[in-house]
Formats: sequence, C-alpha cells, structure tokens
Amino acid sequence: MRKVGVIYRRELASYFRSPIAYVVIAAFLSLTGYFFSVTLFATRLAEMRFTFANLSTAVLFIAPILTVKALVDERRSGTDELLFTAPLSVPAIVVGKYLAAVTIYGLMLLVTGIFPAVLAQLGDPDFGPVISGYLGLLLLGSALLAAGIFASSLTHDTMVAGMVGFVMMLFLWSFSWLSNALPGRWGEMAARLALLERFEPFLRGVVDTVDILFYLSCVFVFLFLAVRVVDRRRWS
Amino acid sequence: MISVQNVTKRYGDTVGVQDVSFEVGEGEILGFLGPNGAGKTTTMRVITGYHPPTSGTVTVAGYDIVTQSHEAKRHLGYLPENPPLYADMTVAEYLHFVAALKEVPRKERRGQIDEIVDMLNLGPVYQRLIRNISKGYRQRVGLAQALVGRPPVLILDEPTVGLDPKQIHEVRQVIKSLGGRHTIILSSHILPEVSMVCQRIAIINKGRIVAVDHPETLSSRLRGNTRVIARIEGDPERVREAMLKIDGVLSVAHHQPETGPDGAARYEIEVEGKKDVRRNLFFAMAAIEAPILELRSVEMSLEDVFLQLTTDEAVEAGDESTAGEEEVVAGA
Repeated sequence: MRKVGVIYRRELASYFRSPIAYVVIAAFLSLTGYFFSVTLFATRLAEMRFTFANLSTAVLFIAPILTVKALVDERRSGTDELLFTAPLSVPAIVVGKYLAAVTIYGLMLLVTGIFPAVLAQLGDPDFGPVISGYLGLLLLGSALLAAGIFASSLTHDTMVAGMVGFVMMLFLWSFSWLSNALPGRWGEMAARLALLERFEPFLRGVVDTVDILFYLSCVFVFLFLAVRVVDRRRWS
Repeated sequence: MISVQNVTKRYGDTVGVQDVSFEVGEGEILGFLGPNGAGKTTTMRVITGYHPPTSGTVTVAGYDIVTQSHEAKRHLGYLPENPPLYADMTVAEYLHFVAALKEVPRKERRGQIDEIVDMLNLGPVYQRLIRNISKGYRQRVGLAQALVGRPPVLILDEPTVGLDPKQIHEVRQVIKSLGGRHTIILSSHILPEVSMVCQRIAIINKGRIVAVDHPETLSSRLRGNTRVIARIEGDPERVREAMLKIDGVLSVAHHQPETGPDGAARYEIEVEGKKDVRRNLFFAMAAIEAPILELRSVEMSLEDVFLQLTTDEAVEAGDESTAGEEEVVAGA
C-alpha cells in the first residue's frame, strides 16, 4: 500500500491535464451558485439547508463523471499492463485512484465555502448545521465516488461504465422510496440502506456515528468489490 | 534467471498456452518466435504476472511470480505489445512516474532516467506530451519504461514493431548491448531479427513450444533435403530427363516463365539428403551440350524451418519432418 501515493499523485494531476476537472468544477459551481442565489432571494434566510439539499442532487451527477475513467482508461490504453506488472498491489491502485477523485470532490466543496461566507456577511447563520452539512456532503459524495470506481472496474467501455455508475448511484440514493412500497421489515431495511436518508440528519445539524459508519462502510464495500473485480479478471 | 514450468493458461474454454516449459539463463537473450496468435503474448503476460497461470509455475530471479509477486516484479521490466503509455503525460513525467512505481530511490531517479534517455535517443521528445510524439518514439519510450529500475530480467513483446528501418537497427543494437547484463526474452515474428539478436530461439505454435535451440542448430537439424537452383540453356525436356538420371535427384521443377534474358530456363532440383549433385550435374549437362549459366545450392533457411514447424501441411507431409521436430524438442 506504500504506492498509493504514487498512483494518487499521477491520478490527481491527470484530472488537471485534461479539461475534465475544470469543466466539472465550473459546471458544479455555476449550478450550485445559481441554486444558492435563487434560494437566498426567495427565502431571505441565513441558512444553507436548501442549498445543501440541492448540492446533494448535483453530487449524483458529478460522481459518475469524476470516476468513470478511473479504471476504464487503464484498460483502454493498455497502461494496466504497466501497473499490474509493477511491484504494486491492486488495492493500492484502486485506493489511489479513489482518493484522487475524493480530493477533486473535496476541492469543489471547498470552493462552495464562499456561500456561507456570503451569508455571514448578510446575516447571522448558525454554523453548526453548516459544518455538519458539509461533513454529510463529503460522506455522501465519498460513498457515491466509491460506487463510481466500482462501476469503472466492471467494463472497458466508458459509456457503459458511466451509465452503470449513474444508475447504481441513483438506486442507492433513492432506496428509501422503497420503504413505502415494501411491507414491514423490508421497507424499514430499505430506508436504512438509502444514502439520502442518512444525509437528512446532517442537514439538521445532527451528526450520528452510525451514519458516518454507514457511509464509510459503503466506501469500503465498493472499493473492496472493485479490487475483487480487477483481480478476478486477471485470473480468468 | 527465468524458469517456466508446465505453464498452461486458459481463458474460459479457450487454451492460450498449453504445458509450456523452458529456462533462460543469466545474461541470455531468448527469442520467442511464432505466428500471430500462437501464444507469445500470453506466455509473456504469464511470466510478467499480468495473468497468473491456470497451472504451472514461473519463477523470475528465483521468486515465484504468483506467491512472491512483489519481489519477482521488482526484478522485471516489461514492454507489452502496445507500449503502456499515458498520453496526457510528458515523457519526463512518465518516466519519473515509472521510476516511483519501480521503487527507484528518489536520489537515483534523475541520473538513471538521463542515462536511459541518452541510450535510446529520447532527448528531442523528453519534455513533450506522449500524445504528440511519433509511433517510433512511443515504442522507444515503452522500451525506456521497461529499463527503468535496471531490472535484471527484461520481457520485450515485439519491441521493433512500428519502427522505421533505421530505428529498428538502433533498437536491435540496444537490445544486443543489454544482453549479458540483462536476461532477455524477446518475441517477434520476424526471423532475421531473432536470429540476429538472440542466442537461443523458442518456436511456439498453437500454444505449444515446438522447438527450443540455438539458431544454427535449429536450421541444420531440420534440414531435410537440399535444393539446387540452376539456370541452363537448351531444350527443357531434354535437360529434365538428363537431370533425373543423376543419382540423388528426387525431382526437378522447371519454371518456364522465369526464363531469363539470356534464354536460359530456371530449374529447381530437389536432392535427397545432403548429397552434392553439382559435379554430376555439370558432366550430365556437358554430355547433352546444355551450358550451365548459374548453379547454386540452397540451404534451408531459418524461415523454412519456422514455416515447417508452424504449418500443418509441412508437418503432416512426411515422416521425415515430423521426426526432425521430435529430435529438436528432445535435444532442447
């Protein structure tokens, strides 16, 4: 795992070598800036709740774009032959790439810090829910990005990986809607497994260790699956 | 340095390579020869640990590629068929990235990369994006990548593909100069390349090794009948008749359309075993007053050997060639 850093640095730099990082960050910021301004003018409230809710939707579209190329490109360009024949473990490759995607996402969130700053100028926002909201967004995004990395491990076609990733994330995100359709315990379980359901408390300023652990276990499971898929393909 | 024991690799139901075994000694250059799709790349991918074998074992520098993969891979440089390049990096960035992957100490990276860049004449493209450099340079950057970390074992899958003749010559010289210090397996479907650069040749066909030997032994052991080519003036029918009477001549092929400007026809004479019929041919032709304008005997080239070993028809054609094949395998 010592090589995570080597992979991470290359991957992070590659986001900025292509227009992808710039375009995605610009799109994300213009969208969220628009949401924020509109909400602020409409409600005239010094709070981030609605903006965060909108952001959580935007993440759903951003995550597949940030992760789709991660493992697909290695296979397409044949560079996987370099990585798999170098003294380097598969988990190091997957984790390095994942952390690079999380870093880009973190940078995007960092820039949206301008919104609470504006609120602080205009009014007197409660910073508790703002901080917990950012933590929630970071965790939600981390889970979705891990799912995206997993999708990227499944195929060598960028479009297919993107589509699979997006649909998978949409299901994970909206799992809680099943709770009304399924009876009793099953419905309850569906609600507990939904990424979005876990995000709600963060908006209200409630940080529960269980929710944090839930997101982190999502990350672990998806990265583990991605490693297994990559490994399995080499053996078959 | 490299030991391949009974390696079989299956992809689902299709067999990539079957029961392949061979050894490569320290400092040796082994040529891996076979038609496209014979299993060259598969074998190389197994040796480098890209694809673990379905059964059998591979050790590189004494380390098992599956159970001690980290150590084994540290001793390995690999140039795949398509150089594994990141188009969005410059050559310099790329080689430094590879050096970090290969655990070259930070202090040594600069010096080592400079040395490799010099050796492969990569100076002019060193600061350029890999996306923008020519195919010849890409191939050489791929070779440079394999050399980073000074691995004692080099696996090169068709290293001269896509190069122009001058570059091919240069790269061959580089590979030749690496022999001795490095143990090299080099695959190719170009015979002269392999016989020029390599000390030993393994011929692979349909996933099986059909022969492993030195280039000279390989061609002499497999030499069945000799051929003599002659250009002779005179009535082709009479000439043929006279030729067939000579002791040792098996058949005569006469190529009428290949009659030269001097009016002489070209004959291909197949001779039994290693008999030399040229003297008898001279006297026989003198007797019927048909002047010989040209006469030469043709040895079976490595190319013929290769074709004989890898073409079904040739192997099935007669017992002789099959026997030759077994002999070589046994001698390997």
